[in-house]
Order: sequence, then structure tokens, then C-alpha cells
Amino acid sequence: MPVLDLMSGFIVELRNAGLPVSLTENLDAMEAVKVIPIEDRDAFKYALGATLVKNNAHWRVFETIFEVYFSLRGPEYEITQDAQPDDFWREMQDQIDQVRGQGEGKGSGGGMDSLTPEEIAAMLMRALMSGDQAMMRALAKQSVQRFAGMEPGRPVGGTYYLYRTLRNLDLDNMLQKLMDANREMSNQKLSALEERLEKDEFQSRIEQFKQEVESEIRRRLVADRGAEAMAKTLRKPLPEDVEFMHASRDEMQSLKKALYPLTRKLAARLARKRRHGRKGPLDFRNTVRHSLSYGGVPADPKFRYPRPAKPELMVVADISGSVAAFARFTLMFVYAIQNQFSKVRSFVFIDGIDEVTKFFKSTEDIGEAINRVNTEADVVWVDGHSDYGHAFEVFFERHGKDINSKTTVLLLGDARNNYHAAQSWVVKEMRKRARHVYWLNPEPKSYWNTGDSIVGEYGAHTDGVYECRNLRQLESFVSTLA
Amino acid sequence: MKPRFKDVASVRAGLKKEKYLADDGIAGVVYLADRLGKPVLIEGPAGTGKTQLAKSVAEMTGARLIRLQCYEGLDESKALYEWNYKKQLLRIQADKNSDSWSQVHDDIFSDEFLLTRPLLEAITSEEPVVLLIDEVDRVEVETEALLLEILSDYQVSIPELGTITAKQIPLVFLTSNNTRELSEALKRRCLYLHVDYPDLEREKEIVVTKVPDISDNLADQIARIVRSIRQLDLKKAPSVSETLDWARTLMLLGIDTIDETEAKETLHILLKYQTDIAKAAKELSVAK
Repeated sequence: MPVLDLMSGFIVELRNAGLPVSLTENLDAMEAVKVIPIEDRDAFKYALGATLVKNNAHWRVFETIFEVYFSLRGPEYEITQDAQPDDFWREMQDQIDQVRGQGEGKGSGGGMDSLTPEEIAAMLMRALMSGDQAMMRALAKQSVQRFAGMEPGRPVGGTYYLYRTLRNLDLDNMLQKLMDANREMSNQKLSALEERLEKDEFQSRIEQFKQEVESEIRRRLVADRGAEAMAKTLRKPLPEDVEFMHASRDEMQSLKKALYPLTRKLAARLARKRRHGRKGPLDFRNTVRHSLSYGGVPADPKFRYPRPAKPELMVVADISGSVAAFARFTLMFVYAIQNQFSKVRSFVFIDGIDEVTKFFKSTEDIGEAINRVNTEADVVWVDGHSDYGHAFEVFFERHGKDINSKTTVLLLGDARNNYHAAQSWVVKEMRKRARHVYWLNPEPKSYWNTGDSIVGEYGAHTDGVYECRNLRQLESFVSTLA
Repeated sequence: MKPRFKDVASVRAGLKKEKYLADDGIAGVVYLADRLGKPVLIEGPAGTGKTQLAKSVAEMTGARLIRLQCYEGLDESKALYEWNYKKQLLRIQADKNSDSWSQVHDDIFSDEFLLTRPLLEAITSEEPVVLLIDEVDRVEVETEALLLEILSDYQVSIPELGTITAKQIPLVFLTSNNTRELSEALKRRCLYLHVDYPDLEREKEIVVTKVPDISDNLADQIARIVRSIRQLDLKKAPSVSETLDWARTLMLLGIDTIDETEAKETLHILLKYQTDIAKAAKELSVAK
């Protein structure tokens, strides 16, 4: 396929994945392609990246799509096994013999196909021990072929195959095994520090191997289904679009990473907003006082800038299973920009409610505070199923008097009340006393008020119910708040 | 215009001569910036050598480095140009009677009375220059617009004089610490380069290059410890410059293999928050 066609398909796919690629950037990429030969894959990739991706958070998505469109088309990625040079094979054969033990003596012939799964795992361990890159790559290929059980045309996503391959290799216990083997090999006892470093080294090698396996699976899938279809199934949401309620563990990690820069930016923006663009009336006294230094000429007029009070915030969050991740992120977000508020207090509940402000006060580390919230907060009253009504009632009884005209109350949760009494009068009372009461719901709008969700009933008494499914929505809400 | 670099590999080699170890991405983007005649926007955590890249490229090409440090409140008269009012005033007073009005008028708005600021200086310069616009995220969004004309067309329009076009296209680097989102207009005009913490091998190489007489073993150990620390969930991960400081400190103390106590005692050079130091010390001493 000519490069031009490939490029336009590639760019359409980038846009489909949510990257904002403008026409000028597209043209720049075409220019760049002229001066960088496509054969030099790394340089080619960086050239496209520099012209098309202007936000580092989008780089992972770009990389995946790039791999599907470009890396997989060269002749070296043909799915045959004898692509490697001869001496590499010979060396591998030696290793196979070593693993099997010299006794059998019929190691040659058959190559890797004749290996048992245990032998492959043993070879993998050797490769990981020595950090032999070429070996790891070959093993990744081999194990995908053997264990993934891929069938042409079968509509299964890559993660399924990944899971199957890794389970067969027993990669979870590999780290421990490597550490044990390493301890045996080195004669003197390693210090704690050295041991830790070794562990990190092995960890990163295992990670690398996993990536090899993943890209091998992808390569095979593309060969089977074609790039366009493949790109579609591989399409991953950008970190800011990942839904809190359905995020996988990896996505959680990338969300956490995206959170910090986002809050920093938001804090900078809010602080700037506070300082700028506020015009006040002339401060006559101040102006006259300063005019004395200019001989009575009011050369330097002074103004009375308004200083609006920062809002006080009370966060009341449901931390039951389904919405726990959302509550966690919102708390992290709020505490990361807490100096934009005069005071932040937080409460968590399931069917009982507990104040957790103290966890955040006692440490600067937000992550640790969140952990303590999850483990130490006393939130179960009867059975550990969400009971908004009871939680709100107790909240109001204990802390209702602290709500005043400066307070903004944030209620977080999906309002799935398990058919308990709603007690929505509490929210109504809160609103009477507070400056604002908002409800943030992590569920898509179409699910609201279905089943046991009674967000409408509560929502009627608030200043607004907002859908907060992802980081983007959360950020835009918080920026209007402060 | 004659390209400055032959290929990506030569950029890399040239930078290495200036003791800047570039990876494929960095060298590729610098090469591309020259070929396409586009500015480079460099983003990344603090202390990963963003500014240093511009300096090294200047040294490598033998060009003069012109630097515009951005800050809040930067304006046209500090970034682009300013009329020299005092001199204009003197000119008017010097020969009050001889010249006609129109002649004086034309006269005082000429090159002679123009004070060039970094941006104008960069494009009027005869010899090759590298323009570094440092920490561009510190200026307000409105001020960014000042840069747009020069970044896309390499020209500056002065109402009284007309448009001044560049005599030669300078290499332009913009750095940003990512404290705010830059405008789309600015990003569109630039090539984008994200400089992250280096991987293990590159960090080790950097330590070996920058710290003279360091033993290979120590450099390796330093790079590995720093990698482990960066994996922790910290407020501020150690930057490359902090790694180098640490390496120099260890050299001065005459240490050639780091053990736990020494690592703990010198952690404050790598990490600048008390909570981070405590966390790292705890992690390093307890192997799991």
C-alpha cells in the first residue's frame, strides 16, 4: 500500500480515537514523512509523534495505533519462525539442550515446537535471569503461538489471548522464583538494598516480556483481521475519558498519573482567575495617601479590589463497592486543590457515616490518607449496603449545625438506595442553610432513576445534579466550583 | 536554505560531543525541526534537560543562543521591541529649527531608534542563532499570541516600520513545565517533544559522562537506585540534575559502593520533600 493511503487511514484512526489532529498537523506529518524514510521505524514513529501528538497523555494511544498501522507491515513481521539468523538458532538449540539435560542427546531437530510448556517456562526464566533480549522476543513469539490458542476469524479481544498466554507461563510466580534462584546463585548474602534493586530489575524485565507478548498477539490479530478492524477493537479511551465505574487496574494507574498534573493545572488556573480580571471602585483614601509622594498629584490611582471569600467545602461520599473508585478520585481531586477552598471537610458512608477529615489533616500524602479512609473509616451500620437516607439523617443530626451560608455541600454517589427510605427532607434542609448543594453521579444519565436509583428525588432539592463519569467531567465541574 | 544536519545519527553524535546524550526521539525531532523549519515545543518534568538541549544544540551548530525567559507579565516591549523614547526625544530637541516636520517624523521611527528585544534580535541577526523561549507556560494565554507570528512565519510586524522578515531561519526551542495547557494555536505551530526521565542505561551513561572519574559500578548502582525511587508514588520524583548532584556528592564522600545507611543519609539530595524522603527511606530498607 502506498504511504499516502496508509497515512490518511492512520490519521482518521487517530481522530476516531479522540486525538485532536488538525489539518495543518496532518500536512506537517506529510512533510515529515518526506524527510524521514519509512524504513527507519523508530525515527519514523517519533517524526509522526512530534507532528501529530501534542499532549503526552495521548502518546500511549498513538503508539498502539502506530504499531497496528506501520510496524506490522514489514517483511520481518511475516508470521514464520525461521526469520532469525542461523547462529541465533544454534545458540537457542544449545539452550534447549541444556534445559533438557545432556542425556537425551536428540535436541536438534524440531526446534522450539517440540518443547513442553515446562521447558518453555524454564527457558523463559533463564532469559529473564540474564536479560537476553533476543531470547525473550523469540520466547514471546513461541508462547503466543503455543498457548494463546488463536483461531482465525474468532471475534475475541486481545486481552483474552494475553490472559491465556500468561497463565500458561505462570508469570505471577516468576518474580519470586527469579529472586530465589538469584539468592542461591550469589554466594554471599545480599543486603536489603541490593535485594530490592535486583527485584526491581527483574520486575522491569518481566514487564518487558509482557509487552513483547502483547505486541505479538496484536501482530497476529492484525494479520488475521486487517489493520482497520483491529485498530477499532484496540481503541482505548484517553485517560481523561476512562469511566470511573468500569476502569481496569491499568486504567486506574494511568488515571492516577493523569490526576496530579490536572489538579496542578487547575490550581494554577484558579489562582490566576482569582488574581486577575477583578476591577473595583476607586479607593479614594488610599489614592490621596499615595499622591503625597508625587507632590499631591494623584498619579497612582488605587482601587478597592474585591476579595471574595473562598468557599468552604463539605464532601459527603458514598464509598460502597460500585462507586468507591469514583469517591476516591473525587476526594483526591478535592484535596489536591484544597488551598483553593478555605476549609474542606469530608465524610464517607455506606449505611453508617463517618468523618474522615482527620486522615487528610494528619498527613501530606493524599494516597495514604485515602488508604486509611478505606480501611479505618466506620461506615457500616447494619448490613453494609448503601442506605443514603440513614446516612444523610445521621450526618444532618451531627453536623447540620456546621452548615452555613459559606458552605458548599457535595454529595457523591449513584443514589442507589436499596429501596430504603429516602429521607430527602434532609437534603432540602441542607440546601436551606448552605450556599449550594450539588450532587455528582458517576452513572451515565440514561441510568438515572432506573431500578433503585432515586437521584431524581434527591436532585430536586439540590442546586444541580451533574454526571461525573470521567476525569474530564470531574475537572470541569470542580473548576466551576472554586 | 542549506540544512544543518545530514541525518538523525549525525545529530545524535553531535549532541554527544557536547555531552548531551539524546535518545532517538530527541535527536529525531531536532533533525526534523531543522528540515521542516519549525519550532520545537519541549515539555516534561523539571530537571530533565529541556533547557540544556537548546544550549547544546547551539553549541553543536556554533550558533549564538538568544534566550527569552518567560514570566507572568511579560509584554511586547520586553519580548519583541521597544522604541527608544529618550533618544527620540533627544533627536527632536537636537535640531529644532533645521528640519521640516515630516523629515523628523520619518526619522524618529527608523531602525536607529528601535531597541531590539530577544525575539526581534533572533530574526534580524546575521549569524546563525538558536532561540530559546524558556518556560513559555508562565505567560498568560493572551501573551502567547505575541509569539504566534514569529513562530509560524519568522517575521515581526512593527506598525511604524512595516514587516521585518528573518534573514535566516533560526532554530527555535520552547520549553514548558506543563503548569497549564498551552493554546491550540501555539501547539499547532510547533513540533512536540516530550522529554521524560531517561531509562536505566541512558541515565547511567549520563552519570558517567557528566561526573568525571566515577566508577562504572557506582554509576550503575546510582542509576538503579534512582529508578527504584522513581517508581514510588512521590510528590516530586528525582530529576536527572538531582541524580547528578547525588553522584557528585557520593564521589566527594569517597564512596564506591552504596549501602543502606549511606543511601539514607544522602537521600535529601535526591528528594526535596520530607514525606518523600521518609517514604523512600522506608522502601529502600525493607526488601519485600
